Amino acid sequence: MKWVEVIVSFILTLSFLSFPSCGFQSDELLVDDEEFGLEGAPQHRSPEPIPTRSPPVTSPTRKRHSDLDSDSKIQFSLDHAFGDSDFSPAGTFSARLKTWSHGGQTLTKLRFSRNSFSDVEKEKFKNLLESDDFYRIRLPSNVLSPPGRDFIISSVKARCLPRESLDEHFVIHMEGVNVLAVNYGSPGSCPYPRNLKLPAKWSFSSHTVLKNSEQAPRAPVFTEEILGGENAEGEVVQPAERSFWAKYWMYLIPLGLIVMNAITQAMNMPEEQATGQVPAQGQLSAGAVQRGPSSAVRRR
Amino acid sequence: MAIRSFLILFILFFFSSLNPILSLYEDQVGLVDWHQQYLGKVKQAVFHTHKTGRKRVVVSTEENVVALLDLRQGEIFWRHVLGSNDVIDGIDIALGKYVITLSSGGSILRAWNLPDGQMVWESSLRGPKHSKSLLLVPTNLKIEKDNIVIIFSNGRLNAVSCIDGEVLWEKDFEGESLEVQQVIQPPGSNLIYVVGFASSSLFEMYQINALNGELLKHESAAFSGGFLGEVSPVFSETVVALDSTGLILLTVSFQNGMISFQQTPISNLVKDSFGPAKIIPSSVTGIFAIKMNAVTIVIRVTDENKLEVVEKTNHETSISDALPVSEGQQAFALVQRAGPEIHLRVKLAHNWDDNLLKESVKMDQHRGLVHKIYINNYIRTDKSYGFRALIVMEDHSLLLLQQGEIVWSREDGLASIIDVTTSELPVERDGVSVAKVEHNLFEWLKGHMLKLKGTLMLASPQDIAAIQSMRLKNSEKSKMTRDHNGFRKLLIVLTRAGKLFALHTGDGHIVWSYLLQSLQKSKVCQHPIGLNLYKWQVPHHHAMDENPSVLVIGKCGPSSDAPGALSFVDTYTGKELSSLSLVHSVAQVIPLPYTDSTEQRLHLLIDADKHAHLYPKTPEAISIFERELSNIYWYSVEDDNGIIKGHALRGKCTGEVADEVCFDTRELWSIVFPSESEKIIATVTRKLNEVVHTQAKVIADQEVMYKYISRNLLFVATVALKGSGEIGSVTPEESWLVAYLIDTVTGRILHRVTHHGSQGPVHAVFSENWVVYHYFNLKAHRYEMSVIEIYDQSRADNKDVWKLVLGKHNLTSPISLYSRPDVITKSQSYFFTHSVKTIAVTSTTKGITSKQLLIGTIGDQVLALDKRFLDPRRTVNPTQAEKEEGIIPLTDSLPIIPQSYVTHALRVEGLRGIITVPAKLESTTLVFAHGVDLFFTQLAPSRTYDSLTDDFNYALLLITIVALVAAISLTWTLSERKELQENWR
Repeated sequence: MKWVEVIVSFILTLSFLSFPSCGFQSDELLVDDEEFGLEGAPQHRSPEPIPTRSPPVTSPTRKRHSDLDSDSKIQFSLDHAFGDSDFSPAGTFSARLKTWSHGGQTLTKLRFSRNSFSDVEKEKFKNLLESDDFYRIRLPSNVLSPPGRDFIISSVKARCLPRESLDEHFVIHMEGVNVLAVNYGSPGSCPYPRNLKLPAKWSFSSHTVLKNSEQAPRAPVFTEEILGGENAEGEVVQPAERSFWAKYWMYLIPLGLIVMNAITQAMNMPEEQATGQVPAQGQLSAGAVQRGPSSAVRRR
Repeated sequence: MAIRSFLILFILFFFSSLNPILSLYEDQVGLVDWHQQYLGKVKQAVFHTHKTGRKRVVVSTEENVVALLDLRQGEIFWRHVLGSNDVIDGIDIALGKYVITLSSGGSILRAWNLPDGQMVWESSLRGPKHSKSLLLVPTNLKIEKDNIVIIFSNGRLNAVSCIDGEVLWEKDFEGESLEVQQVIQPPGSNLIYVVGFASSSLFEMYQINALNGELLKHESAAFSGGFLGEVSPVFSETVVALDSTGLILLTVSFQNGMISFQQTPISNLVKDSFGPAKIIPSSVTGIFAIKMNAVTIVIRVTDENKLEVVEKTNHETSISDALPVSEGQQAFALVQRAGPEIHLRVKLAHNWDDNLLKESVKMDQHRGLVHKIYINNYIRTDKSYGFRALIVMEDHSLLLLQQGEIVWSREDGLASIIDVTTSELPVERDGVSVAKVEHNLFEWLKGHMLKLKGTLMLASPQDIAAIQSMRLKNSEKSKMTRDHNGFRKLLIVLTRAGKLFALHTGDGHIVWSYLLQSLQKSKVCQHPIGLNLYKWQVPHHHAMDENPSVLVIGKCGPSSDAPGALSFVDTYTGKELSSLSLVHSVAQVIPLPYTDSTEQRLHLLIDADKHAHLYPKTPEAISIFERELSNIYWYSVEDDNGIIKGHALRGKCTGEVADEVCFDTRELWSIVFPSESEKIIATVTRKLNEVVHTQAKVIADQEVMYKYISRNLLFVATVALKGSGEIGSVTPEESWLVAYLIDTVTGRILHRVTHHGSQGPVHAVFSENWVVYHYFNLKAHRYEMSVIEIYDQSRADNKDVWKLVLGKHNLTSPISLYSRPDVITKSQSYFFTHSVKTIAVTSTTKGITSKQLLIGTIGDQVLALDKRFLDPRRTVNPTQAEKEEGIIPLTDSLPIIPQSYVTHALRVEGLRGIITVPAKLESTTLVFAHGVDLFFTQLAPSRTYDSLTDDFNYALLLITIVALVAAISLTWTLSERKELQENWR
């Protein structure tokens, strides 16, 4: 019986692997586990990170010993603009560029150093706050050869940023070494009637997250069912047995009644023998009692 | 094993129990649905009237339809819709029994059996290079008793047998710059002339033996002036061409293999020249026409190759092809429009001065000019020749004229619908309705008595037929007033010809049609294109005395900076209220959710330079708009660049002209897709007018999930650059598909998911908080449909009842998209058997009724699929609670239930779009599918739970009630009497 268990557990794990959507799929998009870790791709979906798509992923084991993979440090700059002004440098992102043995490249260990506002910039930012205008940032679309095809721009209403200090939150969507988009804004909410509020401290506290694309859940394929035939049967038989009553009650109750009837008959038999016709008369009279009044009326 | 089969049975039962909603009984067909068949603008027509019996005409159209029409009524005998990439180049009739079509740039030749439209043979023709495609069916040219068809296509001349489509001989014309213009086969000879230009100043002539393809002669002659455009054959060995300036006519004759040019400056023929001319090719011997600006000049070529102007007119003139009438004589027709009439003249080719026929026909102004004419002759009762003409009008309609009358007309413009919107009908006024009811009272009673008979199975077959016809011809459904349930509406459609039609949803009849002047060819605008239709004014407060109107947006020419044109049309009367030609272009139109005091909707038109223009241009509209200026965002998608940008408005336009309604915009965000790995192939947003009833979804374990409902969500699908070709052109490893959900205000990517080994084309539909998209999975070799549902987590803590009671929830606070979104998504993929042309979703007034996806399948049908099948929470073994919620056990593919075809047995040929409109009745939605055909029906995705069905028998109910009341009173009196008697006893 032991091998059955083994097979069952094997099939269970198999089915868990093939239906990742069952309950475990959802809670990862915006849960920022990496908020402080400055880590790369969210990796709980698939054991291997899918860094780039150009070459096919051959085997996960190859990736484990990535000693062959070379690392190099790269930097790219963040520019900002106040309202419609021109862009000026605002900070630098530095990261490790990991080159995988199959040729793909990804960024890991992203760090961000923010230049603090100069007085002129402070003044400009205050103006933005007063006019409820946009604070805009931009990143190169390719980190290796900036600015790439075009700059990635993102903006936020300046009034969303100030709290204690100026709080900002970057989610950088990567595709290999290309930056696709950056979600920029406050780390929390920005309630609608935006009130004018100056920050207590004129320093930035920045949070950065790197994001790569997730894999879509595969369409379920029901070929395993043939393998799991035994298992399925074992599982389903039990509820079927439990519903024995539910299934056969309509036979069981009449049967029970007949049995009860038979028993009472059997119990009455000796009495009948003893007292003669009394019980029979009793039965009759019971019927007569019911009919009694009506027949009485009729007779009247 | 037994258990599993039991399970399967259970699932089958479950599915079947889900779907009786959709199926239709045989006698219900045509009750609420209608289907109309069209052809499109006729490109070519060939009559088939030689034999006795039925008179027919074969037509080919711009919608790639080949059809055989009845000449008496204009009905379709048969019809074939070739694919959109199988453009018809030419048609003809061969052997008197086959319809020959040449299509796909001259590479596919087919023969169809004339009487029934069955395909007889098909052959594919290849050639060395791309070229003009010409089809020629010589009447009496035979190779070994085999009639042949001569085809010139792709730089190769082919002779194909009529019987089986076999290529008898072929001859390549490989001169690099040779452009073959005409293939001429002089009747009665075994020669074929192929004439064309080489390197723009060389005239080339090839003489070929038609029996074996042997090249007999090749001559070329240079003409220093060069050539322009087409040539027109005037005699069997003479053609007319224009020089490169378009000012000199060249008569080129190549008799006996000698090419000779004869130049005639146009200014010699007509006094006042009007600039460069264009040849209108005709097949009439000795006659051709040129066109200079709006002036048409008909020129006759005499035997000595002298040119002679026979007619000069300012009217747009169409000339038919030559029609051989008797031995050596050809007739042709000229048709012109003059005011409310069209003038038709039929002449003999060699005798210009006399008319065989001259007729004037009254023609609806809204059919525009005559674009094409085809004539055919018949023998009149007095043994003289009569002529009938098939004409194609500017609005793409097809008419048959005979004896100065319109015999029949077909509105074939409806085969090419660009955009659809709806309009309510006028409100029912008191006087009208009362009169109507009184008039119909007897009919009504009679109808219900008949129905009663039907219900009680007492009806005779005639009665049943009467009941059926009564149900179909219910006058109620085609009434011209608003109904209580909102089933009767006007469908306003804009066709490619620039004509607006109003169709009644009851039976599909045309209420009015209007040819928009702003979308007609004019001096200012040579190639107008209709773009979109919007609801301009929808009166609610003044519904009794104001008419709704629509806004038609068009532009001049295909380029992105072509100036736009607006028209405002009243939807009750079908009259144009006003029209505007804009100075700016129209790249995007944004209907704003604001209306002014006259209930005109504010529209923002974005031009190619990213300036926003507000319409209507009233001070009131501007003041409304300026109040909301800071809350208006828009986005633009540059497909070819792979960039999506978000914009906001800044303020009044600076510089140039100070325009009150022009606003500057600025870029807020951008998303740049890596050009080497991603290409945008689909973008979908929610419908603007969609209503969502419940914001929360209660799931099985009494948990609440809040839907993330935002009007600013954009679904984008990108594929690998390599994988953007046809399915199967790449391996699964080098192809992928990425789906994005993007917030269009802030440019945040809310969800991003990659489908490896998948490929487009992607068809998607976005509704409420979910998006469903269809694509091809290369690994599984199947089509797949995926669903993404997006839920808002920031409101997820509002589950506590106490919080709600004490008001400590954040449900009523305004939502700002600048807050960091806290969303989760759920997704799931399923296999789907069909490839898909379009997907739509049902929409109802309040959004309570469950949704169905309407899938336009490759077979041109519309399939309704319950959204529940595309629920990402489906599991293999749903728990009891989940089952109660309506979750269907997980399967790997989506079921296609034959009864759930909305179009039942019909096909909407060339299906392009499905439009759903909510009726006033919550359970019902109106569905309009258009392509070459039109189809309309009503759908109730969760059955009509809020009303009795149309065929509910009120009479039976009434009679039952009366009978019951009678019985009650009778028994009551009886029992009273009895009691009295008993008391007296």
